[in-house]
Amino acid sequence: MAINLATADVEPRERRLKAVLTYQGSANDLNERSKTQSLKTTTRPFQQCSDCSEMCASTLSECIRGAAIVTHSPIGCAATSAGDGPLDVVTKARGVESQRTQVICSNIEERDTIYGALEKLRGAIEEAYRRFSPSVIFVQSSCAAAIIGDDIESLTDEMTEELGIPVAAVFCEGFKSRIWTTGFDAVFHAILRKVVKPPRQRQGDLVNIFNFLGGDTFTPLLGKMGLRVNYLVPLADVDTISHMSEAACSAHICETLAGYIATGLEQQYGVPEVKAAAPFGIRWTDEWLREIARHTGREDVVEDVIATEHARIEPELERVKKKLKGTRVYIFAGDSYAHSLTNMALDLGLEPVGVTTLHHDQRTDGDLDSLNTLGHLVAARGDIENFTVCNRQPYQMVKTLRRLKPDLLIVRHMHMTILGTKLGIPTVLEGDVNVSAGYDGVIKLGDRLYQALQTKRLIQNIADHVEWPYSDWWLEEEDDVYRKEGHRA
Amino acid sequence: MNGLIGQPRYSCTLAAQQTVLAIPKGIPITHAGPGCSSKVFGFAAYGAGFQGEGYAGGGNVPSTNTTEQDVVFGGERKLRDLVTSSMQILNGDLFVILSGCTSGIIGDDVKRIAGEFAAEGFPVVGIESPGFSGNSYHGHELVVDEIIRQYVGPVEPKVRPRVVNVFSVVPYQDAYWRADLEEIKRLLEAIGLEVNILFGYGSGGVSEWRDIPNAAFNLVLSPWVGLGVAETLQELYGTPYLHCPIFPVGAQATSRFLREVAQFAGIPHAEVEAVVAKEEKRFYDYFISLANFISDMQNSIPHELLVVADSLYALGTSDFLVKELGLTLEGLHIIDNPPKNRIPVIEQAARGLGGEFSEALEFHIDGWEIQRHMEEKVGKPGQTVILGSTWESDLAKRTDSILVHLSLPINDDIVVNRSFFGYNGGLRLIEEIYAGIFRKGRISTLTQVQEA
Repeated sequence: MAINLATADVEPRERRLKAVLTYQGSANDLNERSKTQSLKTTTRPFQQCSDCSEMCASTLSECIRGAAIVTHSPIGCAATSAGDGPLDVVTKARGVESQRTQVICSNIEERDTIYGALEKLRGAIEEAYRRFSPSVIFVQSSCAAAIIGDDIESLTDEMTEELGIPVAAVFCEGFKSRIWTTGFDAVFHAILRKVVKPPRQRQGDLVNIFNFLGGDTFTPLLGKMGLRVNYLVPLADVDTISHMSEAACSAHICETLAGYIATGLEQQYGVPEVKAAAPFGIRWTDEWLREIARHTGREDVVEDVIATEHARIEPELERVKKKLKGTRVYIFAGDSYAHSLTNMALDLGLEPVGVTTLHHDQRTDGDLDSLNTLGHLVAARGDIENFTVCNRQPYQMVKTLRRLKPDLLIVRHMHMTILGTKLGIPTVLEGDVNVSAGYDGVIKLGDRLYQALQTKRLIQNIADHVEWPYSDWWLEEEDDVYRKEGHRA
Repeated sequence: MNGLIGQPRYSCTLAAQQTVLAIPKGIPITHAGPGCSSKVFGFAAYGAGFQGEGYAGGGNVPSTNTTEQDVVFGGERKLRDLVTSSMQILNGDLFVILSGCTSGIIGDDVKRIAGEFAAEGFPVVGIESPGFSGNSYHGHELVVDEIIRQYVGPVEPKVRPRVVNVFSVVPYQDAYWRADLEEIKRLLEAIGLEVNILFGYGSGGVSEWRDIPNAAFNLVLSPWVGLGVAETLQELYGTPYLHCPIFPVGAQATSRFLREVAQFAGIPHAEVEAVVAKEEKRFYDYFISLANFISDMQNSIPHELLVVADSLYALGTSDFLVKELGLTLEGLHIIDNPPKNRIPVIEQAARGLGGEFSEALEFHIDGWEIQRHMEEKVGKPGQTVILGSTWESDLAKRTDSILVHLSLPINDDIVVNRSFFGYNGGLRLIEEIYAGIFRKGRISTLTQVQEA
């Protein structure tokens, strides 16, 4: 299905990709059922706080160099914008000049919910322009702005004319999608519509890499084939972003993050999307490199690079595998990145006792089997018996983890590692995933996992003194999921 | 400017979920959008020096996670199911429903729903707390007020002399709230009071809240937050209140505070003087032990002060640093956006401290404005102490100033049992500032780097 850039807002994932938030079963079964898109999210009477699209949108937009963000919302939505300190750390890791976030909140207040807040928004956009001299302004909508009915799209079009820079509305209201990663799509939708320009000329050695704030690990990898990396979109400047249409191909660190924009770029400007799983794990890195070589005319060198790299890391891989032998691991991440982590865990000789993805897309943008990472995983590595889909929900996860008792937990989501720690399970936050990419990434992940195993005493000390808020009744119930009203405490 | 906010220093009304979590076994239930609770945790708890989820915060908070369907058809039934199941799954003594913007605009009646549960004997309170209705400070006061009205309710007080309810720092929004409250309780107990501290590790939880009507008096230890609650309590139970707008830091202010409380509570003069004498002796023994350092390093100790904090911490710490440590006050930037009718209270408190305090006083909600003003005021490199947030890191770095964290966000520091309250708090603040000189690399025991 083609991406529709004619509408101001992006089609949410539950409709576009048939994404679901609930599933309990096995990896194979989930993959099979996804082929007919037969799964539906079950609405449950009990749920714990989720995340929202605005958070994912901010993650991408706030760190674009030279961009100003106007959050059209009450202050609570905007309070978590990144500070200056953390950006210094990431710009250093990437090896680029320092930068700061440039965010203004329009501060919707009670009276604005009656009279509308468009004038306030206009003031905020003008002030952002004065204050930051930005090259683009992203205006992020909010639940309150949407329900009071402010016409943000018309105002941003008007301001684009007035200010002479793109002023792009990002429709990332929390209530509009139950899948928070719709927020990524919302920013990419705005970028495709308002920022990206037609190519002036192709740059045959330039590879788009859609990522977050990770370090520069792709240059060493692709540099071996004489290719240049175009990191997008955090830390990239607006000029770079506007010319992403000139790259030889587009790849990413996670299909969930960037499937939308990669598909859109291919559709609008003919930049081919690399149709292979992201480079996490040895075989997946091989296939990914071959695919990139095909788009960049590097077929003549790619097999040499792969063979040399395999030989180089082999002793290291053996060293790490020996240390981790017999370790049982649980993975809680993703959607797609959980599949990548599982693939790496298997390369490291770990036993995946279970996997939970934070949501599950039953199809990809562009409907491509080649990008179905769950399909790749099941085909190459066989089934994973305990496979669930769950949007955080500690009340459920705590029971799953208590039952399966893994030795290690890998988590890619803020504020969820605590689940493992409270249970006495050494837990690793997979934060900067760029570090885990490519051949060296597998080794580095192995070393970090081993380091976490050494913290057992600290973690156990915490677990020994934790008081859980969950009732005995709940913890003893057989089902991990609360389905209907039952016992009354 | 036009109510815009850059570099936010507080969150919205819904941040009061942290006020509920600060009550032992208090459980918030947010009837709000999917990211609201999580964002509050990110800013107010994790962003307050990495204070964690504790018993039932962070990802554990039940939420209706508003969907498009709820916005169209209303979410009251969903909320009822959530409250029922929350009471089954979570062990809590008090469940507080907090509504967010979505519910606030579409008009779900969370008070009525809470009332239905309460009528059946369940400890449930419902509060209209949409984010657009105010900030974290407003939310805190609202939640305390509503818990008292709905949960403690209309009872006949059985007043016990010497029992006091304390209304002071805003949990989490004031990052040092836990140790502050412990120390406030310790000192008030030392002069012979029985203290309902209401929040934190030293609180007895809901039993203390139930005891609120029985107090001899209420203590509002804050320029304005809590005044509304004290007024409510006067109206409901006829309890008198003592308002101490200056949060005492160091020996002079703390002794004055204890004497004032003792007088109001009718505690004999000799009892409070004995406590004051003992505490002051200890304070000055520690203080004098620094006299060698102070004498040797006189030229390297910063002597100008810029403060970015809420009215409670800003007035309290600057009072101490100016009057006892001899710093010159260059700026007092107040970030809590008090309601209009409370601004005169703060201005009066500042005047009470001296002309330099009311002259330095500025109110801001836009952090960029604060930065702009500070840029103009900051002195020569190494001369200034900045009390502020992580937002001030950049300015502190550029001007070689010593930054001590006093307001949110605090994203690059760990807060455990640090407190700047009282005698101990004063000593702690001294330690932070003087040790900061070494962390800046300006001096060692061998050399002092002076400006040419």
